[in-house]
Amino acid sequence: MPEPVAANAPARSPEGHAGVGTGSTGTRILGGLVLVGLVVVFVLAFFVTEPDLVQKDIVRMLYVHVPIAVVTLYLSVAVMAVASLMVLWKRSMWWDTTAAAAAELGALFCGLMLVTGMIWGRPTWNTWWEWGDVRLMTSLVLFLMLIGYLAYRRMLVDPMARARRSAVLALVSSLNLILVNRSVEWWKNRTLHQESSLIEGKLEDLTLFTLFLAILVFVGLFAWLMIHRFRVGWLEYQSETAGLDIALAERRAQASVDVDEAVQHPKVEPGKQT
Amino acid sequence: MTHLGYLIAGWGITFAIIAGYSVAMLRRGRVIGARVPADRRRWMSTND
Repeated sequence: MPEPVAANAPARSPEGHAGVGTGSTGTRILGGLVLVGLVVVFVLAFFVTEPDLVQKDIVRMLYVHVPIAVVTLYLSVAVMAVASLMVLWKRSMWWDTTAAAAAELGALFCGLMLVTGMIWGRPTWNTWWEWGDVRLMTSLVLFLMLIGYLAYRRMLVDPMARARRSAVLALVSSLNLILVNRSVEWWKNRTLHQESSLIEGKLEDLTLFTLFLAILVFVGLFAWLMIHRFRVGWLEYQSETAGLDIALAERRAQASVDVDEAVQHPKVEPGKQT
Repeated sequence: MTHLGYLIAGWGITFAIIAGYSVAMLRRGRVIGARVPADRRRWMSTND
């Protein structure tokens, strides 16, 4: 595949070699901005915005649960699906590494989405979990599919076979995204969730601003995590193939020595000399 | 403030897990990066 532009060049040692870690100037700046953004969101969420008339202070879970859901559904799974399509099209390990990184972050954020949702649901709906709720169940199925995808990848040794087969699995898993997203509209009487407050315009002023800022900061956090996770995956792939190359080179060298020795000192069996 | 325990749990779990995952990932990158030959560490370019 064509070489991607190194917009975010890796950190370099004074000798000019690429650093051994996954950090770079760009990721350090992005990480710093995300940290500042998280502090601002925390201050706005707890000390500036007003509590809700009905939900009281537990409404402050909005500023962490909704951004996590956005990152899970609209970024992680979407990136995984697009990268998996590209794997099948281009047969590229670069896209496979991207898909795997997005899936791991998707599983992380999907798990957090479920946990924060349960913590918000207990005081609001008086229950930690409702098995008949379609939004909860489709989200749980998505989480299990992402875990299954990551487990399946570990079962396959050949990198290209792993890339192709797991890309198919990722595309099947990502179809569940549609169900999670539309479940509240399609099965209105089978969920405790309300329809999107953002779309219905129920949020105003500072609450809306804080929520949008929190979503923006979490998108930045996802980008930071994604860059690092991609680089870790790429280093793992390089380590894997470097090991193979060294083993092949050693085997070739050994075979070459064996041939030379056989030519210089041919084995002659007793009684067969002419 | 009402529901303080729930809020601490919700926000605390979220940021503790994300921070823990980030630290583990950065360490993993350093460990694997040290094993990879220097000419293969430019992960942003590939012919694969």
